Amino acid sequence: MDKLLKILESNARLDNKKIAAMLGETEEAVQAAIEAYEAQGVICGYKTIIDWDKTDRHYVIARIELKVQPKRDMGFEEIANRIAQLEEVESVFLMSGGYDLALTVSGKTFKDVAMFVAHRLAPLESIQSTATHFVLRKYKERGLILSDESRQDEREDSTL
Amino acid sequence: MIDYNQILSKKVLEIKPSGIRRFFDLASEMDGVISLGVGEPDFKTPYAIRKAGIESLDQGHTWYTANAGLKELKQEITAYLERRFQTKYDPNSQVLVTVGGSEAIDICIRALVNPGDEVLVPEPCFVAYAPIADLTGAKVVPIPTRAEDQFRITPQQLKEKITDKTKLLIFPFPNNPTGAVMRKEHLEEIAQVLRGTNVMVLSDEIYAELTYGEKHISIASIDGMWERTIVVNGFSKAYAMTGWRLGYAAGPKPVLQQMLKVHQFAIMCAPTTSQYAAIQALRSCDAEIEAMREEYDMRRKLIVSELNRIGLTCHSPQGAFYVFPSIQSTGMTSEKFCESLLKAEKVAVVPGDAFGASGEGFVRISYSYSLNHIMEAIKRIERFLTNLPK
Repeated sequence: MDKLLKILESNARLDNKKIAAMLGETEEAVQAAIEAYEAQGVICGYKTIIDWDKTDRHYVIARIELKVQPKRDMGFEEIANRIAQLEEVESVFLMSGGYDLALTVSGKTFKDVAMFVAHRLAPLESIQSTATHFVLRKYKERGLILSDESRQDEREDSTL
Repeated sequence: MIDYNQILSKKVLEIKPSGIRRFFDLASEMDGVISLGVGEPDFKTPYAIRKAGIESLDQGHTWYTANAGLKELKQEITAYLERRFQTKYDPNSQVLVTVGGSEAIDICIRALVNPGDEVLVPEPCFVAYAPIADLTGAKVVPIPTRAEDQFRITPQQLKEKITDKTKLLIFPFPNNPTGAVMRKEHLEEIAQVLRGTNVMVLSDEIYAELTYGEKHISIASIDGMWERTIVVNGFSKAYAMTGWRLGYAAGPKPVLQQMLKVHQFAIMCAPTTSQYAAIQALRSCDAEIEAMREEYDMRRKLIVSELNRIGLTCHSPQGAFYVFPSIQSTGMTSEKFCESLLKAEKVAVVPGDAFGASGEGFVRISYSYSLNHIMEAIKRIERFLTNLPK
């Protein structure tokens, strides 16, 4: 039922009845499959993609690159899990290449984020260096283009 | 002052403008209209195909090609037809690359029909066949198909319409606007009527890649039909290449030779860039076609289920990207229904009678739109139906 995951990934708000129709399944079967995916942890949650720039919320995000001294026996696990606990941190990825962990951190102002990095992140044991890059503008998130123009349908009604 | 009506061709003046056109003109004057009207994919052409077009321009392939098309493309087309439909054509003499399926339809009819010949056109159907046949001086004989037959043409209907003047049967399946398909057993029945006659078949298979459930079968692959069938196909629908204007015809050499003559004088050759891009399409895009088909299929199932839920009965179309629900429960004509819906809820769908008289009582709804767009339209149609005076 891998199609079900694709449908939910592109629109988690479709009700089960519509999903059932699209897949040619019963509503109950869809419900059961979703519950099973949730129980297995395949589906981890449901969120909404919001363009905060269009609201009055003050919201800045930064991508932060961390170089970390891996711990004996634990590798990067311990530090990654510890950072993931911080509520300002939206995402944590272990990376290949020039640095070790990539974070997304959000706050109300650039200063907030900078303070967070200086006071909460940098002092953590085993962090060797940090590099903070502020996000200036978002064009596309999780496959969704955020500009209004992209929603325009260029097709012209023709005689067909 | 010139009286243009005295000057212009009588035949052309007599052609009625497409009913769809009038309706869209009305819609285009309003703000906030959402359309379920277009007859082309919402997908962009797969990138590998666009890139092949760009590269051909980079390399300066900007000349005419041979009249019948690039040799390499004709070979890819015949290989494709054999691989997909088990029909064999000689790339050198039995295939012709055209400006969309539309041109292939035009020159096929022109190459076959004499004034006074009868051309059988199943209805409802794509709007181009009858006017083109009219221009050749043919008599157009409609074969009305019915919802209870899932809009298939039946052997009885066909038999009744064949006379000693019948020249050509237009065979448009999978069908625009009904989504009807002809399965193998239906094709056998049609073939049985046609074998032993001199009636030729123009099989418009432009939607062949868009069938759901069973794969499309070409009537040319049925016993005794190859020699009397011109297959028209193209890249517009399957590969989301409508703007590239590229199609082709395949069939017996004596017919293709004459079609080529008309083509070379009227058109010269199909667009060169598009031909290079099409080679890439046939070589490497089976997976993309499959992904688009799956997406259409999910929308199809959803829209059929939703339309039936809100009270517009509709059979489950097995091909193309249209549904053709009945609006008879509203007591309105198709035209009236579409106009009222447009005015009340700003949703544009196409009246069924634009596709022939037998389309009256139905509307064509295209699902080549995103799910969100389709669901918004359904919500509006539902509100429209609820607010109708009982």
